[in-house]
Amino acid sequence: AGNFQFPEIGSLHLIRCYPPASAQAFAEKWKLNNPAYPPWTWVKSLEVPIFATNQVEEGYLSLENVCIVKSNDDEVASCVEGEASLYDKEDEESTDSATLSGNDNVQPYYFDFHIIYSASFRVPVLYFRAYCSDGRSLGLNEIESVLPANSAKVLLESKWTFITQEEHPYLNRPWCKLHPCGSSDWMKLLFQAVEKVDRPAMELYLVSWFSVVGPVIGLGIPIQMLKEP
Amino acid sequence: MKEAQEFVWMGAIPLQIHLHESEVTTVPPPPPALILAPRIGYLPLLLPLIKPYFSSTLPPGVDTVWFEYKGLPLKWYIPTGVLFDLLCAEPERPWNLTIHFRGYPSHLLIPCEGEDSVKWNFINSLKEADYIINGNCKNVMHMSQSDQLELWNSVVNANLEAFIRSSSKLKSGTIEDDYASKSSLSSQKSQKMIGEADTSVQTKTGKVPVRLYVWNVSEDFGDMEDAPPIDSWDRISYVNRPLEIHREEGKCFTLHDAIKTLLPELFGKKRKPSEGENDEQSFGSEEETKNNRMTEEGEGNISQPLETGSTADDDPEIKLLRIQGIEPKLETPISWVANHLRHPENFLHVCVYIKVPSAKSL
Repeated sequence: AGNFQFPEIGSLHLIRCYPPASAQAFAEKWKLNNPAYPPWTWVKSLEVPIFATNQVEEGYLSLENVCIVKSNDDEVASCVEGEASLYDKEDEESTDSATLSGNDNVQPYYFDFHIIYSASFRVPVLYFRAYCSDGRSLGLNEIESVLPANSAKVLLESKWTFITQEEHPYLNRPWCKLHPCGSSDWMKLLFQAVEKVDRPAMELYLVSWFSVVGPVIGLGIPIQMLKEP
Repeated sequence: MKEAQEFVWMGAIPLQIHLHESEVTTVPPPPPALILAPRIGYLPLLLPLIKPYFSSTLPPGVDTVWFEYKGLPLKWYIPTGVLFDLLCAEPERPWNLTIHFRGYPSHLLIPCEGEDSVKWNFINSLKEADYIINGNCKNVMHMSQSDQLELWNSVVNANLEAFIRSSSKLKSGTIEDDYASKSSLSSQKSQKMIGEADTSVQTKTGKVPVRLYVWNVSEDFGDMEDAPPIDSWDRISYVNRPLEIHREEGKCFTLHDAIKTLLPELFGKKRKPSEGENDEQSFGSEEETKNNRMTEEGEGNISQPLETGSTADDDPEIKLLRIQGIEPKLETPISWVANHLRHPENFLHVCVYIKVPSAKSL
């Protein structure tokens, strides 16, 4: 899966997802295996206390300001390792993307990822949005160009059923959503080898889910995360 | 069942649509368009009817149509009737809307590329409802493209006969409720708890697709006319969560029970065994006793103290509950409500105005 060198920027709030233990485990494993990266955190829907249910504390996992750099020469979205140093606090000039690498072909895009539980489909759903360094939101077409080649092709072929622009369940703004319809099938496939659903299996739920979903939008998972601690 | 369905499908909102002044290039400005909009339809679908009124006066450019009510951009994927029920506390007839052909607020509204966008949103909702009811999307996925198109067109044209024909291929099922079918509360017609078409399956569904739009009103108001306007979607809490019905022998799961189940944080803690108050226990309503009656307007005051020791003053008050433009009594069995008042995509859309006492709101 390789190591994605995400620069250490971005704000994170601590979040739990459903099932809570799974989100906790996911966040911990991510942090453990990706020490250079921002951790996933949990955002409580404090603004809408109406939503807290008996079973689940409403909220979502958030990972924001992730930089994904796409070179126009390269079809596959990648995050250039050398960029990590550009976000050192000491280096003020790094905020100007034009001086990033002196290469006009390199465009940094910033992604926010939210993993939100869908009560309807009973699976986590990935919402994301992208924007340029000047804050301008990216349209679906532009995001498509940043996705790994396979996803871009699938997206093109089934415009309306793969990644769609939908309203964020809490934020009343348009975000992109990866469709959950197939998710439960994937999860069943992944878990069919598990003899009993016990605690470690549940904790790995979100990690497994993300291992399938993540690469679609260019976020890989280091292989160590999939191993038992 | 058919009668109620006809009632729902024939429901319409008279609209008076004004072109936004910034887009008027002629003097005098064009008169507003008067359109009768089906409740179960969607605003963008009205464009072919509206455009002729304004096409000669628009500034040059590409159309990116959006609607607005008192400054609030309208979410185009919410059925017209639901928007009206939610945003007009005191029903306004005709409903005065403003249309824009330029300057789409894409930071607020998801894009709408005409009828196709609305159709796919509808089909996705249909799949979601299918998943909630049946645990999978097979019914919708197995419909052929032409069947899906036929179903969609019946919605566009608000043609119930065509819809019944098309949806026979969709085993939507109904919610069964022994209590409701036996009790005197239900009418003769509702005892036929059978799906719309003869080929539909009687499934015991324990889950109801519901979309709840909650407006938490902080100030008190007597008349609906005095209700403050909704100036931002952030004031509305949108709850898209399946309603799980737990049927108990001899008990009726009412509309009121449903609201409390969907908003448990507002309506008391998790069920604890009641201590001799009465022998009845229905889901989520241990505090309900036979003294709990609702008014005609559907105002629900939980007058019994909760086990947690809170008093009636702490309980949220349902000031208004509207479904398909009507205000059903809160003791109506939820199975009847869901079976008769659902939208074509099988979701029950419920608008609620709730007043939460300040102690509870954060």
